[in-house]
Amino acid sequence: MNFEELQKKATAEWQSLSNLDHPHIIIGTATCGRAAGAMGVIAAIKNELAKHNIPATITQVGCIGICYAEPLVEIAKPDRPHIVYGNVTPKMVPQLIEDYLLHDNPHPELAMGTVGEETIEGIPRLWELPILKPQVRISLRNCGIIDPEKIDHYIARDGYSGLVNALKKSPQEVIDEIKKSGLRGRGGAGFPTGMKWQFCRDAQGTPKYLICNADEGDPGAFMDRSLLESDPHAVLEGMLIGAYAMGANDGYLYCRAEYPLAIERLKLALQQMEAYGLIGDNILGTDFSFHIKIKEGAGAFVCGEETALIASIEGKRGMPRSRPPFPAQSGLWGKPTNINNVETWANVSAILQHSGDWYAGYGTEKSKGTKTFALAGKINRTGLIEVPMGISLREIIYGIGGGIPGGKEFKAVQTGGPSGGCLPATLLDLPVEYESLAEAGAIMGSGGMVVMDSDTCMVDIARYFLSFTQSESCGKCVPCRVGTKHMLDILEKITRGEGTPEDVDLLLNLGKSIKVGALCGLGQTAPNPVLTTYRYFADEYEAHTRDKICPALACTDLITFYILADKCQGCGICLRSCPAEAITGAKRLVHVIDQSKCIKCGTCLEVCPTKFSAVVKVSGEEIAVPSEPVPVTAARPTAGTTAQDE
Amino acid sequence: MKEIFAHYSGGREELIPVLQETQQHFRYLPEEAMQEIARFLKVPASTVYGVVTFYAQFKLTPLGRKIVKICRGTACHVRGGAKILEEVEKQLGIKAGETTEDLEWSLETIACFGSCALAPVMVIDNEVHGRMSPAKVKSVLSGTE
Repeated sequence: MNFEELQKKATAEWQSLSNLDHPHIIIGTATCGRAAGAMGVIAAIKNELAKHNIPATITQVGCIGICYAEPLVEIAKPDRPHIVYGNVTPKMVPQLIEDYLLHDNPHPELAMGTVGEETIEGIPRLWELPILKPQVRISLRNCGIIDPEKIDHYIARDGYSGLVNALKKSPQEVIDEIKKSGLRGRGGAGFPTGMKWQFCRDAQGTPKYLICNADEGDPGAFMDRSLLESDPHAVLEGMLIGAYAMGANDGYLYCRAEYPLAIERLKLALQQMEAYGLIGDNILGTDFSFHIKIKEGAGAFVCGEETALIASIEGKRGMPRSRPPFPAQSGLWGKPTNINNVETWANVSAILQHSGDWYAGYGTEKSKGTKTFALAGKINRTGLIEVPMGISLREIIYGIGGGIPGGKEFKAVQTGGPSGGCLPATLLDLPVEYESLAEAGAIMGSGGMVVMDSDTCMVDIARYFLSFTQSESCGKCVPCRVGTKHMLDILEKITRGEGTPEDVDLLLNLGKSIKVGALCGLGQTAPNPVLTTYRYFADEYEAHTRDKICPALACTDLITFYILADKCQGCGICLRSCPAEAITGAKRLVHVIDQSKCIKCGTCLEVCPTKFSAVVKVSGEEIAVPSEPVPVTAARPTAGTTAQDE
Repeated sequence: MKEIFAHYSGGREELIPVLQETQQHFRYLPEEAMQEIARFLKVPASTVYGVVTFYAQFKLTPLGRKIVKICRGTACHVRGGAKILEEVEKQLGIKAGETTEDLEWSLETIACFGSCALAPVMVIDNEVHGRMSPAKVKSVLSGTE
């Protein structure tokens, strides 16, 4: 079959799904959906359909990025707009199947939104929701829409037309198109992609290799996992285009082993491409040949660094080496090699499907196009989003993310993982661009965005990241191996309340030296979380060292929990919930925490009924409480309530 | 081992995939297996050992029948992941990286599971348990959750 015939067949299959004479049920089953219970929901739906003898087609799709509302179920009845339901549980299934499919009650109170031209009263349009409306989805264009295990779905939505367009051009024209788009590396550093390709194309030596870096190691980042699970062909098509442009015949996709579903779907995608003649020798009847091998990582964060990743593919310890020579000159097996990250490749296929100018129409002068972000932490709407460059942090966190849960105050947002920094509330209007983030001391990074509220201690966050980089340091160069260990020791001392102001000076000095002295990106950026938290939150370092207080009440060595004698009603909830069995008391007796047993987990504070609010957490102050249980003297907060009601 | 070697051509770059398949089979990497791998790929045994100890995935002692993984990603950290780890350590009586004497449980921490939206997260075998709290640990471990 030639490409037009493939397209025709794919389009027919795709359209048949929207013209079904029976209901179509679409469920997101990427890792997030599964973790939230999507597979149980599918089983319940199948049961319910069988019970009522309703014929229906069930399609599993990837992740649309509305993670906070997973599992998501979309129901399409013939001649009705699709309705998307969020937070679906097996218990809700009869309401969706029996009530809606049989009795036409769409349950607007359970629905999130509709898809399609017409609307249903009481249900907003899905793409008008605040989480989706500001988004421009280019690399995520098919995520949550197509079945990632069906190549026909991808082809029907313009898939592989970018490859066809590229093959009609000369390799240099393809590189020029990428240059025109202004695309920069989405792995974090932001090097112009077109220029990187040019270096590799112009490099002497054959064969040339091409690598897709899917070793997404930044904690708090899941863009690449989601993209590979939801639309693997978008990435693979990008690799084909790059291989043609740079003259490579062999490529590797290096994926971390923690992503088994992504690996499974990639393997399946490669088989389907082979069946369609889209990979292997003489692709689509041309003399362009390209082969892709999938390599599974083995659990080393440093392998996300390009030279370490190459060493790992060669079967060695994943240790970086100094550059130059850059991989474009001497990479895998000493040959010219180009490495781009998952999201970059997915943008490449979109750019060739449209044009470089089209892509450059989004974003800002120096940061073109769009960027995906994984929103997590203390934010109402956690999810995976794609926005035009230049959008402000405020629009992302408050507009799309819906702000901070529990009405708490925003404190900082962490971008760029362990290499990045924490930006404070005063920078909320900062546009998201490579340059502006770097000036503020953070980095764009691969796209992890972890939001922190007033309960998060910035010194503890710095300690957390240092413990991460320290344990992931490969040990090759001294500044990183020894330096990060010293920084971590100092930070641990400070969070225990044993630090001095001199320790802070030493910490900052060490940080500056490691930045210039370390061999690779991991070491050079390891001090960033410390340097930015100090830059914006120096008062917290002072409170820990001078006053021995943790203002956020997070550092366990500096906090104490008390049960207030004048508030406790002796209901026993905290006693039963305490995992350390540190609480003594009995019905109608004031409960007491044995401080020597307390592990400071905060469970008692969480479970104490809000109308009593008898448990407090303090730092740097002592509260007088009875040493053993005494009869309750506190007045009941509301008439008629007894402790047993709780 | 012969069955495993049949899937490979004997090139040095196959070291990591061979180790991964071997570990999947034995649930750890026995010394004899590593020696055989060194002979098969014609590399010094020290190279095999060097690679095995570099990557977190490879284990030199047998793993338990059930593997609990606690995510130590940023989102999990911010939402109290450290407390989950402490509680699991207490319940199982082992520290992260250890296996119980009866080989029933192994406890590991992983850098990030990429299920940040459901933080804090713990994983038993391949089942992800999201939105954890220290109080829920006991029931999740006993499978009554």
